[in-house]
Amino acid sequence: MNDVLEAIRTALPQAIVELVNNPGPSAQHSLLVGRKDARAVAEFLRDSLGFDFCSNVSGVDWPPRKVKETVLNTEMVDGVEKEIKTTVERDVPGYLEAVYHLYSIRNKTGPVTLRVRTGDRDADVSVHSLTPVWKSADFQEREAFDLFGIRFDGHPDLRRILMWEEFADHPMRKDYMAPDDFEYEPTPHDKILAKVKARTEAA
Amino acid sequence: MIFPGSGILKGLAVTARNFAGSYVEKDRLTTEQYPEERPKLPEAARSFPFLVYDGDNPETGMRCVSCKICEKECPPQCIYIIQDRDEAGKAIKRPKVFDIDISVCMSCQICVEVCPFESIRMDQDYELSSFDRFGSLILDKPKLLKSNSYYHSIHPTEAAETDGRIEADRLKKEAAAAAKAAKAAAPSVVSASSSSSQQEGKP
Amino acid sequence: MSFLPSLESPQTIDVSLGPQHPSTHGVFRMNVTLDGETVTRLQPVFGYLHRNHEKIAEGNSWLAAMPYTDRLDYICPLTNNWAYALAVEKLAGIEVAERAEFIRVITAELTRLQNHVAFLGFVLGDMGAWGTALMYAFREREKILDLFESLTGARMMCNYMRFGGCRCDLPPGWLDTTRKLVDGFPKFLDEMEALLTGNEILLARLQGVAPMTADRAINGGMSGPVLRAAGVDYDIRKVDNYGIYNRFKFRVPRGTVGDCYDRFMIRVLEARESVGILKQAIAVIPEGPVVNPKAKQRGFRPPAGEAYGRIEGPKGELGFYLIADGSDKPYRFRIRPPSLINLTLLEELCVGTKIADVMVILGSIDIVLGEVDR
Repeated sequence: MNDVLEAIRTALPQAIVELVNNPGPSAQHSLLVGRKDARAVAEFLRDSLGFDFCSNVSGVDWPPRKVKETVLNTEMVDGVEKEIKTTVERDVPGYLEAVYHLYSIRNKTGPVTLRVRTGDRDADVSVHSLTPVWKSADFQEREAFDLFGIRFDGHPDLRRILMWEEFADHPMRKDYMAPDDFEYEPTPHDKILAKVKARTEAA
Repeated sequence: MIFPGSGILKGLAVTARNFAGSYVEKDRLTTEQYPEERPKLPEAARSFPFLVYDGDNPETGMRCVSCKICEKECPPQCIYIIQDRDEAGKAIKRPKVFDIDISVCMSCQICVEVCPFESIRMDQDYELSSFDRFGSLILDKPKLLKSNSYYHSIHPTEAAETDGRIEADRLKKEAAAAAKAAKAAAPSVVSASSSSSQQEGKP
Repeated sequence: MSFLPSLESPQTIDVSLGPQHPSTHGVFRMNVTLDGETVTRLQPVFGYLHRNHEKIAEGNSWLAAMPYTDRLDYICPLTNNWAYALAVEKLAGIEVAERAEFIRVITAELTRLQNHVAFLGFVLGDMGAWGTALMYAFREREKILDLFESLTGARMMCNYMRFGGCRCDLPPGWLDTTRKLVDGFPKFLDEMEALLTGNEILLARLQGVAPMTADRAINGGMSGPVLRAAGVDYDIRKVDNYGIYNRFKFRVPRGTVGDCYDRFMIRVLEARESVGILKQAIAVIPEGPVVNPKAKQRGFRPPAGEAYGRIEGPKGELGFYLIADGSDKPYRFRIRPPSLINLTLLEELCVGTKIADVMVILGSIDIVLGEVDR
């Protein structure tokens, strides 16, 4: 993963790319790419490094959360330098994330994980679509748009894919509340019933 | 291909062989004439859960102690348990209500795996259709409780293993109780042996 | 079907194929625009079977997600089990018991056999030869399902794999029955080939229909038999060497032009390779425990982190992308469905062909709607 990062940094020095460490035993580290640079980085990965196969596109929802951090401070206490540990609570604003798993079929290597983050969860939810780079991202980006509400700019056909068009919410978000009655759905018949009710009440 | 149409003729020969063969070979005619002819289920076959009781009386021989682990672990949450209480309001290790909604149950067998008291097991009865959509598909305690001999009749190997485990547990408990009694009779026993017997007492 | 005059041009007609249609393998709908009989546009419509497995799994424990994976691609539950178990084992660094690795290979290859055999029947059904081929295929598939039932307790909803191994050991005599079935399987495949592959009508319907180049297949995310039919030498069993596949000798069949006939034949060849793997695995399966005793099932809490695990499913690359936050529930549970992603190029393949070929093309991709809509 580090050599991929180095290659990107040498080829695209202006692009924002960070390594996101994975603490788990799988040790699949990922690259956090700036929103504006995603397209350029993706094209570089495909054309120069041979990552021709975009296997998986997945949305992830990170609601606002608090992170506890231990900070080491050196302070002078009674003339002696002492290290004092303080726990600081930091607010992390929420964001949505699109995660791409890339493989190289030509070189038989992978996976390289790309992450692109949106600004927040409500207004600023656009990222660049990578469907022009890998056609396979097409349905999966539509799915992330449908279930998470990430807008992919430049996607050729960004519509809901699994939920119906009239559905308003994004069900895979962590704060989504399922309705009490899943089977209830407003039908044209309901409007007629409401009309009948209004008429009978008026009479 | 020798002449046009030979591929079709070759295929027709296969059909003819199967048609004629179905009169002689059992392998080519595998149809079972259900319900006159019933399949012999393999021992592992499972349909829906039931509760095992020992002896003749379902209420006193019930193995379930209403620990509610199965209720918690059930993936579609189809189990509903209320613990029984005596007149003083003290909880008894016995379920008052034990319902399984088999219209929701997906026969995954996870309740069987997690049950520490060898109480819930999988049935093999598959003729469960009914005219009543809700009532008859919720199995309550009287319907769920089935005897250990029934369990032996459907899963002989598994039931024998279970009985062996229960018997080993009982012997262990008896040995621990005997050791405790011996310790009470002779208080001068070395403390090391008493601590080990206490550990054994907690299976 | 509904016939509407198209808005785009008075010469074309919009046809809604599905969702109830016998050859769409479930509830799948295609909005097709036709010029005469030629397809000019095709829009797949998904979601009729959407249950949001990902959300369900995120609200349940790690173990409780296992039976739900059976219900993705309900033709091949055991490979789905394996893909999820593999991803979790990567996530938490669990070692798998030796005997369980063999059982996994055996059950997965049996699953591949029965999937490919069922495919042969289904694709014939899509072409209009409803009945004969499908019944022969299902007769053989039934024998494999009987094996699954005696091993796991259920024919299709197996729920068999566990983290670090499998749920229970093989019942007595199971391996002998399997050996007998595997030994007799090439004979059945020969018979199936005699019935089908030389048939002139079948060749006319399949050869040259909807060819796909290797570059398009890779860029479009095709995987599994569809990718290999386009001439790409890529089998995850060889590339990732997951499980113990590096111990077995097998070849990776490849197509040349990637048309429907290649996609059809690749399944027959793969089934023959699976028979070879099964013979090798049954011969050398060791004794021992079937589950890693250190692996926890109930109350399992993997350390925080993420993992993407994938296997070569019968339909293609089946992957699970899991994020753990240290709790007893998955934070993110994403399924990479090969059936859905193999449909990406459906429109490209279908445009310019006749409407009758659309069903054959769809059938040759081999989808299961339980996995497409999840």
